[in-house]
Amino acid sequence: MNFWNDPLRVAAEWLEGIFAGWGMDAVAAHVLVVFLGVLLLIIVLMALDVFLVWVERKVVARFQDRLGPNRLGPFGLIQPFADIIKLIIKEDTTPGDADKVVYNLAPILSMMSVLILWAVVPLAPVMLGTDLNVGALFIIAAGAIGTLSIIMAGWASNNKFAMIGGFRQVAVMVSFEIPMLTMLMIPVIFSGSMNMNVIIQAQDPVPFWVLSPLGALIFLIAAIAELGRAPFDLAEGESELVSGFNIEYSGMKFGMFYAGELLHAFTFGGFWAILFFGGYRFFGLEQVSPFLAILILIFKAMLGYWVIMWVKYTMMRIRIDQMLAFNWKFLTPLAFALLLVTALVNALLASAPAWFYTLSMILANLFTGWIALEIARSATRSERERIEGVKKPVEAHH
Amino acid sequence: MVPLSWYLILAALLFSIGLFGVLARRNIIAILLGVELMLNAVNINLVSFWRYSDVFSMGGQVFSIIVFAVAAAEVSVGLALVISVYRRRNTVIADEVDMLKW
Amino acid sequence: MTAQQIIFLFVALFTLISAVMVVTTRNLVHAALWLVSTLFGVAVVYALLNANFIAVVQVVVYIGAIAILFIFAVMLTRRDMRDTGPQMNKNWWAGALVAALTFAGLVSLLQEWSGFSKTASDFPSGFDAMGLLGEALVSPDAYVLPFEVASVLLLAALVGAVYVAFNPRSGDSQK
Repeated sequence: MNFWNDPLRVAAEWLEGIFAGWGMDAVAAHVLVVFLGVLLLIIVLMALDVFLVWVERKVVARFQDRLGPNRLGPFGLIQPFADIIKLIIKEDTTPGDADKVVYNLAPILSMMSVLILWAVVPLAPVMLGTDLNVGALFIIAAGAIGTLSIIMAGWASNNKFAMIGGFRQVAVMVSFEIPMLTMLMIPVIFSGSMNMNVIIQAQDPVPFWVLSPLGALIFLIAAIAELGRAPFDLAEGESELVSGFNIEYSGMKFGMFYAGELLHAFTFGGFWAILFFGGYRFFGLEQVSPFLAILILIFKAMLGYWVIMWVKYTMMRIRIDQMLAFNWKFLTPLAFALLLVTALVNALLASAPAWFYTLSMILANLFTGWIALEIARSATRSERERIEGVKKPVEAHH
Repeated sequence: MVPLSWYLILAALLFSIGLFGVLARRNIIAILLGVELMLNAVNINLVSFWRYSDVFSMGGQVFSIIVFAVAAAEVSVGLALVISVYRRRNTVIADEVDMLKW
Repeated sequence: MTAQQIIFLFVALFTLISAVMVVTTRNLVHAALWLVSTLFGVAVVYALLNANFIAVVQVVVYIGAIAILFIFAVMLTRRDMRDTGPQMNKNWWAGALVAALTFAGLVSLLQEWSGFSKTASDFPSGFDAMGLLGEALVSPDAYVLPFEVASVLLLAALVGAVYVAFNPRSGDSQK
């Protein structure tokens, strides 16, 4: 075993040896090394977050046919640091009648809910925070804390726009948690475990997006809603809510919400990659070195993040009633139906040959999606006929 | 290793605090908060009995999951009742809705 | 005192202080937020008991759904955001007395029980609590019937809550 093959364990043993040399207790040294590992992960994530600010601004610029930041440093890479300096030296305001403790706790909880997600992310076959046997559920649990932080921010600001924004955002997050949780169960059915590492290992010949393309799509939609990004960005309607739940936050407190949102999007890109696209797997390349595995995971997470940005900057917003109807009348029943179909096919074809299993699973997915689209189409057609009147002439469209 | 008695005393304390909340609070929502504390105390007991007796019989964990379901049902119906009462009587104080009929 | 005992005492203190704040805070939104921290402490207690699944479900169900529902209900049932007037009824001392007596009764009952200060044995090697729990929930000779009854209960509660809280005077349901 050398540093190239298992860097974390080598580094941890080396550090524990040093601490033991200083006369430290073995348990205390272990706790300290784990703490240092967590600190290292958080520092790397925050550095990545700074980079994500630049990525987001560059990508949105390209979508809007602009250049984006390009003055500071090569390709404007220094720009995020200028942004951070600006945020830090801004006045740190607190509204007069705000609930001080809750108001200041909300951005911290928002950032925390994103950072603790990385506790269960397997960066490489041998590098992961904690080998939790309920890793998939842990994502939803962390999302619950994020929901809480938004309602805290909305309430504590003592501002009606913040409150309405917070209510809307929480309604979205709570309702889209259901299809997301249901879709998390699909990789769990395929791999037979909620452990993230086992889920990745189980995608050995066939990644799960091939087995369940509809599941991957529904998970992406639910994740975008959970992130509160367009087309589900109801918390921050510029023209109606000014800026939503974070209207009263300034300086670095706002910066924490903003950075948390970017890192959250990247993290869900990573989860999408882990659950449906094989995580750190790439044709056996991940066996060469954990460093390569991390690079592969970051690359796949960036692709997922890019898809989320692509949706954000090309889709229009929809109203809250449309969005909740979309969730409760279409996405949630579809997710339940897909879960039932997947479990049924999985149970019936447990002993079938692999190619037949894969083919049946793809066909079952396509069939479920087609049926759902047909039902939605006939429902919207009858809705339109009800509103416009069946006998109305065609020129009403002009 | 922590002995079983510690968990049981923690649960008993939590149950008593919840009971105090149920008996002493005026607001219906605050009474429901107390009920939640009591249900959690019961759950701590169930899970610790599972851990400290035969770990292969999963009764303790299964029943704590059923307590979760019951708690969710209780809160949703209870808060729906509170909102309905507030809409008709414009109050959420338990003492002010003591009429059985109006 | 071992490290685990110190962690337990710390978590228990945190949970109990939060629980006391839940029943004594005047501001009800604060009470609901203190409930969140109590529930979080209970989740850590489950984790200390090696019940990972229960701990995560505690966070998902209680903090993600029940606590949010409480906060919504508190906000929907007030005309202004300040709490005026006493939050305790005039018989609060009787409630405190009953609670204290309940605690004393529980502890005195428990002390006579032989298994009171039992300590846990380590898990056997290869023990998979998650798999056992999943099988117990769906196998016919274990708990499939309570499981199904619980799901029917949830469905009934869903329909009942919508029916009770539905306001026929608002909304566009009567087009």
